[in-house]
Amino acid sequence: MRLTPGRRSPVWAVGLILPLLLVLAWQWAASAGVYSRAQLPPPADVLSAVGELIGRGELWHHVAISTQRVLIGFAAGSALGLALGGLVGLSRPARALLSPTVQAIRAVPSLAWVPLLLLWLGIGETPKIVLVAIGAFFPVYTTVSSAVAHIDPHLVEVGHAYGRSGVRLLGTVLFPAATPAIVSGLRLGLAQGWLFLVAAELIASSMGLGFLLIDSQNTGRTDVMLLAIILLAALGKLSDTVLGVAERMLLTGHVR
Amino acid sequence: MIDVDTSMPARTGAVSLEIAGVGRDFTTGGRRRAVLGDVRLSVAAGEVVALLGPSGCGKSTLLRLACGLDTPTAGTVLVDGRPVRGIEPRCAVVFQEPRLMPWRTLERNVAYGLPRDVTGPRARQEVAHWLGVVGLTEFARHRPRQVSGGMAQRTALARALARRPGVLLLDEPFAALDALTRLRMQDLLAEVRSAAGTTVLMVTHDVDEALHLADRIVLLGAPGSTPDGPATVRLIQAVPGARPRDRGDAELAALRVALLAELGVGVPER
Repeated sequence: MRLTPGRRSPVWAVGLILPLLLVLAWQWAASAGVYSRAQLPPPADVLSAVGELIGRGELWHHVAISTQRVLIGFAAGSALGLALGGLVGLSRPARALLSPTVQAIRAVPSLAWVPLLLLWLGIGETPKIVLVAIGAFFPVYTTVSSAVAHIDPHLVEVGHAYGRSGVRLLGTVLFPAATPAIVSGLRLGLAQGWLFLVAAELIASSMGLGFLLIDSQNTGRTDVMLLAIILLAALGKLSDTVLGVAERMLLTGHVR
Repeated sequence: MIDVDTSMPARTGAVSLEIAGVGRDFTTGGRRRAVLGDVRLSVAAGEVVALLGPSGCGKSTLLRLACGLDTPTAGTVLVDGRPVRGIEPRCAVVFQEPRLMPWRTLERNVAYGLPRDVTGPRARQEVAHWLGVVGLTEFARHRPRQVSGGMAQRTALARALARRPGVLLLDEPFAALDALTRLRMQDLLAEVRSAAGTTVLMVTHDVDEALHLADRIVLLGAPGSTPDGPATVRLIQAVPGARPRDRGDAELAALRVALLAELGVGVPER
């Protein structure tokens, strides 16, 4: 199951082939004149946009505020998703009571929340963080509740037969058995947190990567627009990688 | 490595088990069905009793009642003279499947069976001891999916013994194993039982297994007068001869024929 370190690094490098090819294709399309420079600036323009934004001290600011919103929103949303998902998975009455409503709320598209959140919570940080939390909540809730509900009843019975109940049953059987699902739910929740972040920042903000996107559209700066998209991709991948490393460490302990 | 024979007081202190007029009804689809009715059985401390009977007759239900995983509708189960209420700490169960935690190594699975007050170096010592008893010392760090079914079931046996049970309850523990592994496991169980000195109540559908291991065989089933009624004790048969028993013994062979006839399996006439 586990890859040796010697075998993992080439896999890593293989993953870089496609991005490099995309940059080459991009460069080719820009220089061949398929699109105008305003529509598709070459990679070098985006690099100089990076320099420009760093020079003005803005880039770090946008990245930091977006990351902060995602992290706080994800922490709150996933914590609630874990708690409620665990409850609904373990308790039949709780499932009967809560599950239909939660599923219905889940069906509401992310953008539909924005006007209401602005109305209720103003235009500060809170509505953006709340929207990220809503985004992170559902994948965590769904995976955790179904994982906990489908834990092998035989193992639960072993726990009972060996005197475990309550918190000790949760810690020795239920939680370890659900750990792989919980971790993948967290990764999905984080990815969806980034999606909802952009939805929040596109509409009402003066900072952050979503704002950078909408601002570059208004000022006709396609290079900045591309930069914002690349940064969103990179940050999303980076935060997922961090969780992936945490997952590997957790699951190694899990199998150990 | 810890020396298996001298490492610790391995005897668990066998206790008696009394099943006093136990009945159990189940309700399925609004219909009430009595599975067990007025089961009476006394198992002395240190005795090995096999529960034999056709499948679906409530053997496993009786075992679950004995360890507190289930509650009788009538009557009581007494362990060492005290009634069982809730999970019984003096009993340990081995199920038909090993049921090991896949995220724990074999030694950590055995450690799961330890009583709550056994911790630290003593816990490690006990785990090493019981792993040695079932011959898995070298596989302590393996995970359940890395070992064979027989080894997994031996681990489950060690986990049960680590609980230091006064009564060891075995629910068809070898039924899922291949024939040869099953015979080896039976011999292992006989050895382990005499080393641990625990009372054993085992469910089996294998007459030979019962004859090989038990002091007494209890035949469970519906009485002849009400063939559709709840199962009860139909017959108690003492098994002659000291253990370890010879699988080819003539007296046991005769008993085997008699028991099979009781179970409705005919023997061709010669």
